[in-house]
Amino acid sequence: MNYELLLQLVVNGLIVGTLYGVVAMCFVLIYKSTRVVNFAQGEFLLIGAWTCWWLLVKFELPFWFGFPLTLAFMVIFGIALQVIVLRPMIGEPIISVIMVTIGLSIFFKALMGLLFGNETKSYPKVFASDSIGVLGMQVQSAYILSMGISVLIMVAFYYFFKYSKIGLAMRATAFDQQVAQSLGISVKAVFAASWAISAVVSALAGIVIGMVNGVSSALSFFGIKVFPVVILGGLDSIVGSVVGGLIIGVLENVAEFADSQWLHIGNLYTIAPFYALVLILMVKPYGLFGTKDIERI
Amino acid sequence: MGLGSSMRPCGDYRTTYAADMTIFATPVTRYVALAFIVCLLFVPLFGSPYVLSLMIQVGYYGIAALGLNLVVGFTGQISLGHSAFFGFGAFASAWLNNSFGIPVFFAIPLAGVLTMLVGLLVGIPAGRIKGLYLAIATLASQFILEDFFARAGWFTGGSSGAMAEYFTIFGYSFDTDQSYFYVVLFYVVLMYTFTSNLVRTRDGRALIAVRDHYLSAEIMGVNLTWYRVMSFGLSALYAGIGGALFGHYLGFVSAEGFSIILSIQFLAMIIIGGLGSIFGTLLGTIFMVLLPEVMELGVGLVSGVMPDLAQSLAFIKEMAIGLAIILFLIFEPEGLAHRWKRIKAYWKLYPFSY
Repeated sequence: MNYELLLQLVVNGLIVGTLYGVVAMCFVLIYKSTRVVNFAQGEFLLIGAWTCWWLLVKFELPFWFGFPLTLAFMVIFGIALQVIVLRPMIGEPIISVIMVTIGLSIFFKALMGLLFGNETKSYPKVFASDSIGVLGMQVQSAYILSMGISVLIMVAFYYFFKYSKIGLAMRATAFDQQVAQSLGISVKAVFAASWAISAVVSALAGIVIGMVNGVSSALSFFGIKVFPVVILGGLDSIVGSVVGGLIIGVLENVAEFADSQWLHIGNLYTIAPFYALVLILMVKPYGLFGTKDIERI
Repeated sequence: MGLGSSMRPCGDYRTTYAADMTIFATPVTRYVALAFIVCLLFVPLFGSPYVLSLMIQVGYYGIAALGLNLVVGFTGQISLGHSAFFGFGAFASAWLNNSFGIPVFFAIPLAGVLTMLVGLLVGIPAGRIKGLYLAIATLASQFILEDFFARAGWFTGGSSGAMAEYFTIFGYSFDTDQSYFYVVLFYVVLMYTFTSNLVRTRDGRALIAVRDHYLSAEIMGVNLTWYRVMSFGLSALYAGIGGALFGHYLGFVSAEGFSIILSIQFLAMIIIGGLGSIFGTLLGTIFMVLLPEVMELGVGLVSGVMPDLAQSLAFIKEMAIGLAIILFLIFEPEGLAHRWKRIKAYWKLYPFSY
């Protein structure tokens, strides 16, 4: 058995896992406060990454300027999406809400394809060194950075929901919309804010991944990969999304390892999370940290 | 029946259950429907090959979409993996024909039955979970089945795909669009008639009860698990037959065609047509088959001004699908079937529409 390879893959899994965790957090944020299952989460990554790439390459803006500009754009984009598309869907059956986000997903994916083409494009170099040694392993510096940023985002989320006024308002809205409204919280503002935050943070993740792997439509697959993560962690749990992200990240790399060493099935990296997903749904549908729906007659 | 009753002119009361459950409200509508089918019989004699191929497309997609409507529109479960069933049916029919020498005539219904078994398997989670969770489970099944298609070379021919023979009866080969049209038409009429009758039976009403209020349904003695899983099996049966017809029409089946995007297209068909409407399913299918064609036409018209656009036709078609879904959900959530009823009601009461 090749322990060194296994260790390397586990470390890769943890790094990718933190990114899954971040995207899953964004997904959970929207689900928790607005009860919308966002199938277009992956497209947020895609749009953010392409916008940033466009600003940096076509307009040759410096990174410190282009990056905040992208985030500002994503704020507006998130709010606009919520107001124009999702607001009319309030109170509609769940199938309609799911379908509208699926519609958004294929629309934006195709739009990005139309604007930027099919090929993978890479970012201009932002950091000097390519890889650094950690514990005797070579790890790309961009990966370290992405992990750092992810952890930073997670800590920021924690403080945001614990102490900031809007964060508390969001939690109150997630708990009970009517009660929140009667306490003077603008539910509309909370909905818009949660979409904006989700869009911004997803875009951030998208840019980080884009720096490592280049930007292509493959980024939107993160939006699909997020489902095993959130189901494992629990659909409405922020902590769960982080834990789930790490577990799924490691799982797919270990599956890849097992595949290459013994099983030789092929493509297990992509498909293993979905087997896990079905298994979790059958055994423990509300995930590790999710709240169980209790129905009263 | 819910929507229908509000569209009926006043004074039209139904005094028996039989009258309430009829497929055609008046004899005239029945004759019109029959006449329409008879007219369709003559289409291959006059229709251009292009029109004919579009109509065949509407046929096999329409059958699969009807299956999806049964599970989504009538039973209220969400399935995001319908195209995998469609693909399974196409492969199964080709496989039965190629490996066992079963004639295509029998292979198509058999493929439907095989797909139904897969559908029952995929539907098992439906016994335990519902709504959103079920949607995600079917999403997983879509990817797992897609992966299976790529891997199971003995079944699908792997990456090179599978050949599918033409439909033959007593040595007569239905290898042209003109002749194959009748095969598809036969199945469309069969499946749509079957469904119209199914939803009137005890089982059909049980499905609707599960959708409308599953707790009440359970209290009234409807076995929830059985009906949820069965609705998946049934929907897979339709998808399998639709897929088999698709395979034997093209003569070749490859795994790439059955991705999640086709599943979304099926969902778009029933949402645009109208959830829980049999007639609407057909309207939605026609809409979704024509939409890419219209886009192609539109791009062709402006290609003089913007020649680059022609290369991105695939993207434009996908954007149109996404946009159609969004716009219909916002502006016409009850679909084309509802719009059709409104138009009929308008003309019935014209010029005093209120």
